[in-house]
Amino acid sequence: MPKSTAPATKRATSKSVGAKAAPKASATRGAAARPAGSKRDGAADHAWDAIVIGGGHNGLTNAAYLAKAGLRTLVLERRHLVGGAAITEELRPGYWFTTFSYALSLLRPDIIHELELTRHGFMPILMPTTFCPMENGDYLLLGQDHGENHREIARHSRHDADAYDAFNHDVLKVCQAIKPLLDAAPPDIFSDDPEELVALAMLGSRFRRLDRKVLHDAVRLLTGSAADFLDDYFESDILKGYIASSSIIGTKVGPYSQGSGLVLLYHLMGEHDGEFGAWAFHKRGNGGFTQLLAKAAESFGVEIRLESPVESVITSGGRATGVALADGREFHAPIVVSALDPRRTFLELVDPRQLPTDLVDAITRFRFQGTSAKVNFALDGVPRYPALGDRTDQYRGFTNIGPSMEYLERAFDDAKYGAFSTRPYLDCAIQSQVDPDMAPPGKAVMSCFVQYAPYHLRESDWDTQRQPLGDTVQATLESFFPGFGDLVLQREVQTPLDIERTVGLSEGNIFAGEFLAPQMYFFRPAPGWSQYRTPIEGYYQCGSGTHPGGCVMGAPGKLAAERIIRDRGRAVAPDRANAVARDRQGAVARA
Amino acid sequence: MIRTTPFHERTAALNETGIWEHWSNHLVASRYQMSEKFEYFAIRNTAGLFDTSPLYKYRIHGPAAERFLAGVLARDIRTCPVGRGQYTAWCDDRGFVVEDGVILHVAPDEYLLTAAEPNLAYFQALIDGLDVAVDDVSADWGVLAVQGPRSRELLAALAPEVARLAYFDVIATKIAKVPVHVSRTGYTGDLGFEIWVPAADALAVWDAVWGVSRGRGVIPFGMTALYMARIEAGLVLLDVDFNSSRFAWTDADRTTPIELGLGWMFRDIGADDRTFLGHEAIRREIATTSSRWRLSGLILDWQDYDRIFDAAGLIPPKDHTPVQDEYYVYDDELNQLGYATSQMYSPILQRHIALARVPLDRTAPGSRVKLELGVSHRYEYFDAHVARLPLFNPERRTA
Ligand SMILES: Cc1cc2nc3c(=O)[nH]c(=O)nc-3n(C[C@H](O)[C@H](O)[C@H](O)COP(=O)(O)OP(=O)(O)OC[C@H]3O[C@@H](n4cnc5c(N)ncnc54)[C@H](O)[C@@H]3O)c2cc1C
Repeated sequence: MPKSTAPATKRATSKSVGAKAAPKASATRGAAARPAGSKRDGAADHAWDAIVIGGGHNGLTNAAYLAKAGLRTLVLERRHLVGGAAITEELRPGYWFTTFSYALSLLRPDIIHELELTRHGFMPILMPTTFCPMENGDYLLLGQDHGENHREIARHSRHDADAYDAFNHDVLKVCQAIKPLLDAAPPDIFSDDPEELVALAMLGSRFRRLDRKVLHDAVRLLTGSAADFLDDYFESDILKGYIASSSIIGTKVGPYSQGSGLVLLYHLMGEHDGEFGAWAFHKRGNGGFTQLLAKAAESFGVEIRLESPVESVITSGGRATGVALADGREFHAPIVVSALDPRRTFLELVDPRQLPTDLVDAITRFRFQGTSAKVNFALDGVPRYPALGDRTDQYRGFTNIGPSMEYLERAFDDAKYGAFSTRPYLDCAIQSQVDPDMAPPGKAVMSCFVQYAPYHLRESDWDTQRQPLGDTVQATLESFFPGFGDLVLQREVQTPLDIERTVGLSEGNIFAGEFLAPQMYFFRPAPGWSQYRTPIEGYYQCGSGTHPGGCVMGAPGKLAAERIIRDRGRAVAPDRANAVARDRQGAVARA
Repeated sequence: MIRTTPFHERTAALNETGIWEHWSNHLVASRYQMSEKFEYFAIRNTAGLFDTSPLYKYRIHGPAAERFLAGVLARDIRTCPVGRGQYTAWCDDRGFVVEDGVILHVAPDEYLLTAAEPNLAYFQALIDGLDVAVDDVSADWGVLAVQGPRSRELLAALAPEVARLAYFDVIATKIAKVPVHVSRTGYTGDLGFEIWVPAADALAVWDAVWGVSRGRGVIPFGMTALYMARIEAGLVLLDVDFNSSRFAWTDADRTTPIELGLGWMFRDIGADDRTFLGHEAIRREIATTSSRWRLSGLILDWQDYDRIFDAAGLIPPKDHTPVQDEYYVYDDELNQLGYATSQMYSPILQRHIALARVPLDRTAPGSRVKLELGVSHRYEYFDAHVARLPLFNPERRTA
């Protein structure tokens, strides 16, 4: 039994990275702030060129790019701190929890440079190890030395040791081929605009130039199962379990499901200092990252207002003209950007009756069904793994509790039938081992990403099942790390329902919409609407529900800003503006 | 037989790699962990321990110590009271750098000076009847560097007065009952300290520092992580970024302190009446701006870097391993302008950076140059811009 568990109701006294100590009715972030709610905000004086709804990392990225291009930009954030799913909170004095999101890899390098993040303290710390405990007490421990990794894998399978090199090489080639897609908006295949046709032709020719095997591998990954792909290379359960773990993150698939290959590839597409598939721990967690991102945005002139929940987008004559807050205040701007997920962007912030029916249908059908939870621990010390005695250096990266594909698939089985996993998959990280500032000396914080925890429980509800889930996770850890429970000082459980309530991600889906082929690229979030526009002029979308998708990546925010800035340029040139308008009418008519 | 440092018993136990290198005939760890980059992050995020004992160390003492040093060192030692230290250089009579080092004024008429190479005979030859002695005390002391944002609080737990040290202060204190000198100095460009401990007591001091470090993520770091940090900090290295004028064959291998970016040492030279070695040449160089080049930072253009590697079908490498070798710098027409002496990918700046000699008309920050690097077995010319040194300079370093 757990020694102590966190109360279900949380942290009246907790501090967050960057949160104001005592949230006032309307806290303002940034030096240039005016008192919120003053007359001027409400006046239709167009004090702003652009308003971004939601201060998650995509909203902040989007706003920073808009401000950098000269737009007076306002970010309205519902909560007392920015960051959305990427926040770090001091739940217990000296113990900092990455409440939700916990590692960094997909963040686009161009954003780091263009927003000058290093000036504000950007620090992605290397996580040099991956530790994979096994149910029989053995383990797989990978590190930074190629030869040592070879020997370690060979302990489990001599065959797999060099197959691992072949696998990495093949996957890297796919990543190299696919990567440019992450850094550009998808062409609009439904448009007759010559620019779009050119973009489409370039995309086609890019793929035609690819090596046949690379293209075939890409398609196998993008459409097939992780298990099929991995079985071609490996025989050892532990290695397959470790790699396949990346194929289920955030998605309601098991490693044997078609579609898990796409999730795997997505997670290997990130990079840390140029190394594909490598993850880093940002100083003070992803909340440390979003705080400095906010500072960068402010340095470009963005104003951020906290505790300012937007209720609706104000439109007039088919155009967005501003936003209305829950408390009745209004802010006006000719450009309004939703950094929320597609359901909120299209069905809640605006009246769906303003939108084409097939768009509304597509968004209604858009799959969220979050399946992930988070359990965070404050620990009295670092757990010991019996086979490694007193060693603790194995915890300098992820600890992967997913010892085989079968383990993962069985965990998925529970979710298929509406229950959380009795033996869940856990992606753990004792983050104080990488960034000692996360916990007091000698103590530890441990972040555990948990699957599967389906949003829709068949037999119960999450307010009832919150602590049972925490107990299950703790019992699982206890089975690998005997005595774990004795180390627990505090435990925080974040169910999919909590994620939805706290962050606003519908059904707690960590990516603002599942990574399924029909919800990606041309179709994210809906056919014909993958270019950050909406049918309402001046209303844009930039959240993780747009291309390329979720993760702390920033690409949606950046690509949407590029779209907005280009549209604005066109609006200035009347000929082009007419073309855009025709284009849009065409799109609306088709839609 | 290769020698070991006074800390060797402890460092040997911590070196998991078995990789050692030779530094002034001492065995030192290249890295302790499989990943030197992890050690580097300890320097930048927590604190790291570095055994810097193999430095040559000289004790300069006697009633004329200050007078002697005022004539030998290029930087004015008379502005360095007891309890202060200086990063300094010594030059030949033509104003070329012999070497650089850190001098600590530890007591009246008593200084400790570090150097990368032997300089005893050189200094002794300059005594010229003054009442001063120069002793080689290299083997008498172990020097332990504690570097990184947490270094101050770590050492303050052992010797509270360390917390009060300003940048380049030095004090005599005790750690683990052992009398030591602690200076706020280092070679990482971060907040940091160096502890001078009598060799015989080195292990006791190591153990005390290690004791307060436990559970705080403090780890020892080796030469590679040190080089990473020093390149970011724009700290020059003998036989890499410059050569000793004593042993150079031609003036092309000699450098003046001003060329090396140390012109700030002579900010008050107008009021400085010393006739130190090289002073005439240095005054002339300043008056006529006759420097041939200036050591500057280079930052490679990331888009150009990626483009060139993409075009070659390669994934653009971002390798933090310091390359301490010569690479040539060009203008747009591919006329050679100068050369880079150190380069690496900096994790904290997220850029490829270099230390390079560029002509005076290119020293303005933002000046464009091209750096020649091999890609896929041929030379390519990478866009870069000049930036002021140090490229990484956190406030905490001097605050
Ligand atoms: C538990 C969990 C673990 C994860 N782990 C990782 C990881 O390790 N690495 C990784 O890369 N990704 C991870 N992810 C995914 C990643 O964190 C998200 O995809 C990403 O942070 C989403 O960013 P966003 O800016 O698009 O949206 P969000 O972060 O959801 O931001 C939306 C913002 O809008 C605000 N908001 C909502 N409604 C309103 C309103 N009406 N008015 C004003 N503001 C409003 C919210 O408060 C929030 O701040 C994880 C996600 C979760 C939930």
